Amino acid sequence: MANVMACIDGSRSALAVCDYAAWASQRMDAPLAFLHVLGKSDYPVPADLSGNIGLGSREHLLQELAELDEKRSRLALEQGRLMLDAAKARAVAAGVEHPASRQRHGELVDTLQELESDLRLLVIGRQGEQGESLGEHIGSHLENVVRTLHRPILVVPTEYREPQRILIAFDGSATMRKGIEMVASSPLFRSLACHVVVVGADKAESHAQLDWARTTLEQAGFEVTASLRSGQVEEVLCGYREDHAIDLIVMGAYGHSRIREFLVGSTTTHLLRKSTVPLLLLR
Amino acid sequence: MMNSIRQNWFSNIRGDLLAGLVVALALIPEAIAFSVIAGVDPKVGLYASFCIAVVTAFVGGRPAMISAATAAMAVLMVTLVKEHGLQYLLAATLLTGVLQIGMGYLRLGSLMRFVSRSVVTGFVNALAILIFMAQLPELTNVTWHVYAMTAGGLAIIYLFPYVTRSIPSPLVTIVVLTGLAMLLNLDIRTVGDMGELPDTLPIFLWPEVPLDFETLAIIFPYSISLAVVGLLESLMTATIIDDLTDTSSDKNRECKGQGVANIASGMIGGMAGCAMIGQSVINVKSGGRTRLSTLTAGVFLLILVVFLGDWVAKIPMAALVAVMIMVSIGTFSWTSLANLKTHPLSSSIVMIATVVVVVATHNLAFGVFVGVLLAALFFANKVAQYKYVASALSEDGRSRTYTVVGQVFFASADRFVAYFDFREAVDQVTIDVSQAHFWDITSVSALDKVVLKFRREGTTVEVIGLNEASATIVDRFAVHDKPEAVDNLMGH
Repeated sequence: MANVMACIDGSRSALAVCDYAAWASQRMDAPLAFLHVLGKSDYPVPADLSGNIGLGSREHLLQELAELDEKRSRLALEQGRLMLDAAKARAVAAGVEHPASRQRHGELVDTLQELESDLRLLVIGRQGEQGESLGEHIGSHLENVVRTLHRPILVVPTEYREPQRILIAFDGSATMRKGIEMVASSPLFRSLACHVVVVGADKAESHAQLDWARTTLEQAGFEVTASLRSGQVEEVLCGYREDHAIDLIVMGAYGHSRIREFLVGSTTTHLLRKSTVPLLLLR
Repeated sequence: MMNSIRQNWFSNIRGDLLAGLVVALALIPEAIAFSVIAGVDPKVGLYASFCIAVVTAFVGGRPAMISAATAAMAVLMVTLVKEHGLQYLLAATLLTGVLQIGMGYLRLGSLMRFVSRSVVTGFVNALAILIFMAQLPELTNVTWHVYAMTAGGLAIIYLFPYVTRSIPSPLVTIVVLTGLAMLLNLDIRTVGDMGELPDTLPIFLWPEVPLDFETLAIIFPYSISLAVVGLLESLMTATIIDDLTDTSSDKNRECKGQGVANIASGMIGGMAGCAMIGQSVINVKSGGRTRLSTLTAGVFLLILVVFLGDWVAKIPMAALVAVMIMVSIGTFSWTSLANLKTHPLSSSIVMIATVVVVVATHNLAFGVFVGVLLAALFFANKVAQYKYVASALSEDGRSRTYTVVGQVFFASADRFVAYFDFREAVDQVTIDVSQAHFWDITSVSALDKVVLKFRREGTTVEVIGLNEASATIVDRFAVHDKPEAVDNLMGH
């Protein structure tokens, strides 16, 4: 069964994740599942620098470390369960029938990879638990998750606003062509105002791309506003968003290798940082 | 990529640096002591410990495991050093590394699954006994001062942590005993008497041995023992650290990494080494969790030795003996003694046999070999008992049905044959093996034997219900269902 899966943690965006996931699940008529991953964090170990080993040191140490982990894990488990219950209650209040919840141990990326086969849309917050004080920081797991998974990912900010107008950043790539077709066929955005922007020079090729996108979407019954802009991709998209009160952006993510990203930076990372609206990332 | 580097190196910086320092301080006495066991200058063991720790920090398969010169390896080198000298030891160290890399590529690490818990316990206990025995020469024919100092040293090691746990107690022992010996001007043996200490950073050295077949013939037996023992101890230690830290390790990478480390060690004039159970436990106990702790241990070790060399030379051997006795006590599995009462006799025998063989031969590989062999025999014997044959005579007394249930293989084949009553005169015998497993050619030939024996008594035999597992092996080897084969068998 293909789920809308929402990653819940203790961060500020958890409520928004919950709301957006409920919204998506209802529109797509897909079951909603909340996921809480209990990461194996590196807790500080009490320093014992005595450096000696005596009778049964190994067994004793194993017992001691296991007990410590046990206590912490129990707390984390309980806390996670409370968060999941709260999220479920919120989703039920928003009208979702029978939201499911899952709790798993491990790394977020690995866990999502395992669950990928029954994943239709992933909803995840922009920042994790530790990122709140860091301003424009984006969560440490986010890029890995986006690069690893081959499913659409909705990255949400901390506030929920029901999407009315969506913006599709179209670059003519194969990924985004598929993306446009997906938007056209998916019930998720049906009857929302749809803007398509191509950033590029005023050339025949760009116009052709724009026209293709417009016809595809119009055939699917969308009301489309298409425009061709020139300039820096990030600035154009941010500007357009403000001018037209866009409240969701659809775009391809991390089209380039990590090496290129290291050298010239990534549009995706930039937009993730600046954006105050949810981004639907397609790979 | 960046993430895994951070996870493997910099996720626990404070804990790792401190733990690395504690381990480095404990590594110095050990490296010196093991050099003494092997019969080489302390600098050979110290360079080896530095090099192996640093290299395995990068290429090893188990973060936070400490590898260096070890007792298990040192006892294997004794005769080589005595008969052929240091240069051959260096050559053997290089060859050990090459063999270990080969074993890593052949994925021999997975063979560890045949080493049972009892054998591991036996190995650990034998290692502890070897370390203790190696201290005995320092404790015989000496003045009472040495005994007093050793006892005092042990007292400090175990009692000082009650005062504070922020200073390594073995370090306190060494400092106090060295100070005492110098103050009282005691005439006892010191590290300086044991041979040359490192005075420079290590330099590249190619072993000065003739590169011919004769050299290979000399070093190969030692290298193969070293390679096997090194990997055994490393993989066992890796498992222990896996359990302690609740993380996993890459065993085959560890095999290859240790090979690389040994080659590097041989090239800078160091002896072969492997992972150390005691030091690795100390590392985890002190808070070390990542590769950084291993690297820190190696680097600190060299810095301390090179710059404090003059002071290291003044450490009395009694202080080292105290530290080594601590390592021996900490390595020994004391619960295994209590478990002797509760564990099955067979597993206790395996454990004790492993210990006895190691202590007798000073070669941990032989001990593990005997232990694994015994464990396999006990297992075969146990499984062989899961078998019985029921039989029923038909009402007219002219045919009998045997129903075989359980495992038939080399260990149970004879008893399988003995279940059948060949003296009974019946027309027809049905052997129902649908609930039995025939594992090997011994069991198949046992079934053949039964069938042929009945036939020669004039009885018609029918075997029914050979299940899939048995059918394959019976089809491949058996003779009774091929008419011409029966004649062949009779001709013998």
